Amino acid sequence: MTFEVFIQQLLNGLTLGGLYSLIAIGYTMVYGILQLINFAHGDIFMVATYFAFYLVAVFALPWWAAALLTLGLTAMVGVLVERVAYRPLRNEPRISLLITAIGVSFFIENLAIVTVGARPKGFPTPKLMSQVIDLGGIRMSGVSIWVPLLSSVLLVLLLFIVYRTKVGMAMRAVSKDVEATRLMGVNVDRIIMYAFALGSALAAAGGMMWASKYPQIQPLMGVYPGWKAFTAAVVGGIGNIVGATIGGFIIGIAEIMTIAFLPQLSGYRDAFVFAILILVLLVKPSGLLGQSLKEKV
Amino acid sequence: MLEVNNLHVYYGGIHALKGVSLSVPKGEIVTLVGANGAGKSTTLRAIAGLVKPKEGTIRFLGQDITHLPAYRVAQKGISLAPEGRRIFPNLSVRENLAMGAYARKDKAEIQKDLDWVYELFPRLKERERQSGGTLSGGEQQMLAIGRALMSRPALLALDEPSLGLAPLLVKEVFSVLEAINSEGTTILLVEQNANAALKLAKYAYVLETGRVVLEGRGEDLLKNSKVRQAYLGE
Repeated sequence: MTFEVFIQQLLNGLTLGGLYSLIAIGYTMVYGILQLINFAHGDIFMVATYFAFYLVAVFALPWWAAALLTLGLTAMVGVLVERVAYRPLRNEPRISLLITAIGVSFFIENLAIVTVGARPKGFPTPKLMSQVIDLGGIRMSGVSIWVPLLSSVLLVLLLFIVYRTKVGMAMRAVSKDVEATRLMGVNVDRIIMYAFALGSALAAAGGMMWASKYPQIQPLMGVYPGWKAFTAAVVGGIGNIVGATIGGFIIGIAEIMTIAFLPQLSGYRDAFVFAILILVLLVKPSGLLGQSLKEKV
Repeated sequence: MLEVNNLHVYYGGIHALKGVSLSVPKGEIVTLVGANGAGKSTTLRAIAGLVKPKEGTIRFLGQDITHLPAYRVAQKGISLAPEGRRIFPNLSVRENLAMGAYARKDKAEIQKDLDWVYELFPRLKERERQSGGTLSGGEQQMLAIGRALMSRPALLALDEPSLGLAPLLVKEVFSVLEAINSEGTTILLVEQNANAALKLAKYAYVLETGRVVLEGRGEDLLKNSKVRQAYLGE
């Protein structure tokens, strides 16, 4: 393998990793606050690609406007799912919530099949992403440059919101003690709503970039990326945002490098990802940055 | 200032409060004493809006707050420092205090109150950047009280602030409560340490199995033979 190929593969890994990170954060934020694995998150990612598809291909909006609208619309879908499906069960046993999340996932997938059809649609990849860029002899597609860059900017922005703003502080407080947060005069329902909106908007950004890289969209496209991003969140330590980011990049790079170095095993790329999950869970069950749960006295 | 009238609270099938009535006049320190399970904490939690009473009313500054959600009660000016401190272990000391002032918008005044809390508890200032979980038990209690003060409450409710503290620290906490009160904050105090509480409080209620069985001025109750027997170990 030449140096150029290695750099190309590394950039591919960062691209995929950035996308996994963006989705993984949605899982980890919701888990941190509600201790709920939001199985519908991968489907929200899928819904975002259809929003973008229709806004660009049917309503003929310019890409920047379509992208902004997609972020907003997808955030609203996330908020709606929380409001309709999860909030009524807030005080019920956690297993009810979990099963509901699986139900919501199936519901969104099948709703998409019924409304937009199961046949894949070609995604109108923006020019920025499809053009070929020459970096001192290494020829790269725009996707491999822009996706890692954009995801990094979004990840930094999210970390800023969570660690440097008042709402972010309240999110971190809610994740440790809901009742005490209420006593501070914080409307916890609204904070949870913001968390769903933020997580869904990041998934939307991930979805649009994903569809630019693999320009075919269909109603079940969220399933595998969703699982892998969930894996990334667990590898990084579920509930920990920095962990989810790191986990995403680890999974993405590992997946790409598997294909690059062992092309004869590329059919097993998904198996490699989940093998990493099993290994991490065996060695450090709480994930790389996760804290083990201490029973409160 | 606070009028609780005929409060009934159930936990599932358990009748935890059976018609508790009490009142807290502005500027005073009122205390609820009683054994474990008497309903002291439940009374505070009902006032703060954390548990919903089945019957009875809670009026605060002339308004009915019986059915307000907890965050609205907090915004009305009742600040509860809950049992077991309940500070945010993953937030820094400073962030914990900022959480206390979450619903406020007056930045300059918040800074003033922050300075005041640091004056009351100098150790919190030393540990400003440490996360709350790394503090000792006594420091966490100070943080819990400081955090409750940061909302600049009209009424400060405290649930067992002396629990698990060394005697010297208990003294320190009580003298701070006295100082807070003398600066105009009304205090409703729940305590197992009846001796210290009755000495501090102007007026006191004794709770037993969900009912007020005795009430009176703190110093009178201290002399009451029944109280001395039941709660002061004589």
